[in-house]
Amino acid sequence: MKQSGWGRFPVIEAQVFRPRTETELAALLDRHKSVIARGNGRAYGDSAINRTATLQTSHFDKLIAFDTGTGQVVAEAGVLLGDLIAAFLPQGWFPLVTPGTKFVTIGGAIAADVHGKNHHKDGSFRACVDWIDVMGPDGKVTRCSRDENAVLFDHTLGGMGLTGIILRAAIRLRPVESGWIRQTTIPAPNLQAAMAAFEAEKDATYSVAWIDCLAEGEGLGRSLVMLGEHATRQDLAPAQRTQPFQTKRPPRRRVPIDLPAFTLNRLSVRAFNTLYYRAGERKSGEQIVDWDRYFYPLDAILDWNRIYGRKGFAQFQCVLPLDRAETGLSSLLRTIAEAGSASFLAVLKRFGPQDSPFSFPMEGYTLALDFPVTAKTLALLDRLDRITLYHGGRFYLAKDSRMRAETLRAADPRVASFKQARTDLGTTRRFVSTQAERLEL
Amino acid sequence: MSKLPVLILGARSDMARAVAHKFAALGHPIQLAARNAESMQADRMDMELRYRVPISLHEFDVLDTAHHGDFVAALPDLPGIAVCAVGIMGEQAVNEKDRAAASLVMRSNYEGPASILAELANRFDASGRGTLVGISSVAGERGRATNYVYGSAKAGFTAFLSGLRNRLAKRGVHVVTVLPGFVATRMTEGMDLPARLTAQPEEVAEAIAKAVERGRDVVYVRPIWRLVMLIIRSIPERIFKKLKL
Repeated sequence: MKQSGWGRFPVIEAQVFRPRTETELAALLDRHKSVIARGNGRAYGDSAINRTATLQTSHFDKLIAFDTGTGQVVAEAGVLLGDLIAAFLPQGWFPLVTPGTKFVTIGGAIAADVHGKNHHKDGSFRACVDWIDVMGPDGKVTRCSRDENAVLFDHTLGGMGLTGIILRAAIRLRPVESGWIRQTTIPAPNLQAAMAAFEAEKDATYSVAWIDCLAEGEGLGRSLVMLGEHATRQDLAPAQRTQPFQTKRPPRRRVPIDLPAFTLNRLSVRAFNTLYYRAGERKSGEQIVDWDRYFYPLDAILDWNRIYGRKGFAQFQCVLPLDRAETGLSSLLRTIAEAGSASFLAVLKRFGPQDSPFSFPMEGYTLALDFPVTAKTLALLDRLDRITLYHGGRFYLAKDSRMRAETLRAADPRVASFKQARTDLGTTRRFVSTQAERLEL
Repeated sequence: MSKLPVLILGARSDMARAVAHKFAALGHPIQLAARNAESMQADRMDMELRYRVPISLHEFDVLDTAHHGDFVAALPDLPGIAVCAVGIMGEQAVNEKDRAAASLVMRSNYEGPASILAELANRFDASGRGTLVGISSVAGERGRATNYVYGSAKAGFTAFLSGLRNRLAKRGVHVVTVLPGFVATRMTEGMDLPARLTAQPEEVAEAIAKAVERGRDVVYVRPIWRLVMLIIRSIPERIFKKLKL
């Protein structure tokens, strides 16, 4: 059946299996030359597609244990972060690290070593992982952690499923007093102001900026920097205080059809961006918002990936080292604004230090954008790749659907050691995605 | 007031598990009944962690009708709601030739479910409350060449449920007949089903919970099935017999 990632590009004909038990999984692994595990398909490109055997982990969806003292949960790889929130937020626990959607599996979060709005403080998903059970090429299951089989642990986090099949993991949640977030919005008229706000607010637990990438000249990099703290009981209105985890849920909306490709053009996005920025200016200051709206605004619109139309869209996410960030970001933003390509979503974030074998984050600034797939935007993305390379940046594989192997090699000297680890673990030919083939991992 | 337990018969199927999750999420204690129930420990743990309600496992064989009375008597609490999700499809080509196989399909979809629901119905009748939910099938609405052995057993079950409902309506006991249409489960894995007509197990669970709450009698999960079956039922037999469906 046809498979694609969340960006719906590329679309690849692949055989998909949904094993129900470890025995069935091992048998599938044994029967096929190569396989790749697939969680909930939230990686944007072809990270979780293998033509001969894409192994969906949707039946590995059980919670196994929870320690109410430490907040450690043991769960199968197919459990969604949203499931953890539903089960444990009422008891006062929230994921330590979460990406911008709650519809990712634990297995996917580990494989991409995802990051959240608190990377500068708490690091990537790795920070909350105590151990992982991984099925290797021979079907044998190995438990790995920082102390035990550390090479497997280190390369499974951020390893994009190329070190084996993640079966289950122990991860730690953070204690929270409520399901609410104290959000502060800081309007930043340009990139320098936005970066200054990030640097000044390094103590904020969460920080992220929505960036208007069509603004040019004086306003290049105009942003709304949004900070967040878990609200304590004291922060809440008396009515909320009695049931601090009860946040009412807005109705989900669904994008019912693929919108025609012209819906999102330079004009409509420019109009939206201007309105959004003005609204942000008016609302600047502090607000109390519920966890769902704060962390997962797009989850409220199911199938939002359809707004880009049938041809799908490509994400671009890079990180630039701190010392090159300002010039590099200016150059990226100028190029995008000049091209006039309408990126509906554009996000800027300050990363804290990270040193792990193949995970994406490093200290600096990360910029994420998405573009409808057209010949023009694909050419633009190649230009953005080159700018990133020039400024010593690197790329997020969970978002990639079109990069070239040379680009990755040039951007990331860790490719060689990652490939060596794959060889040592015996996984090079056995765990393969179409992305891994394209990027020669 | 704490909620009454929900008994799930044939608890291992995808549909049954979705129903169990739904009622557990609503705060009901759950009794999972299946063959080799002990092997459902992981499900029990998972649901207890998610919903913080008591989940218990009960050994149950729908074909062992002689012991259905003992089974119900041995439950720690009489459930307030019982959902029968037992059933096997078998293969029509086999069922046509192998009478033992056909008999197994008939007994698993009709005789067994009717037996256990009869037992529960009498207990509910005595206590003057309760809801029985039978998961039957649109296949029971009209016999077709491609699955009439299964379909006829489901037809029997549907008629049984409707009779039971008629009998118990004045006794404070409600009976729900569920006709799910195509559902994406292990039973239908590998079949090429039309997406618009195919429900997810969670949709079935949602429809059942709603039907129980609102006291509805016969529910199709996706409304389009009501129309589809209306058409199928109204085709004259002399035409129907020549159709390939």
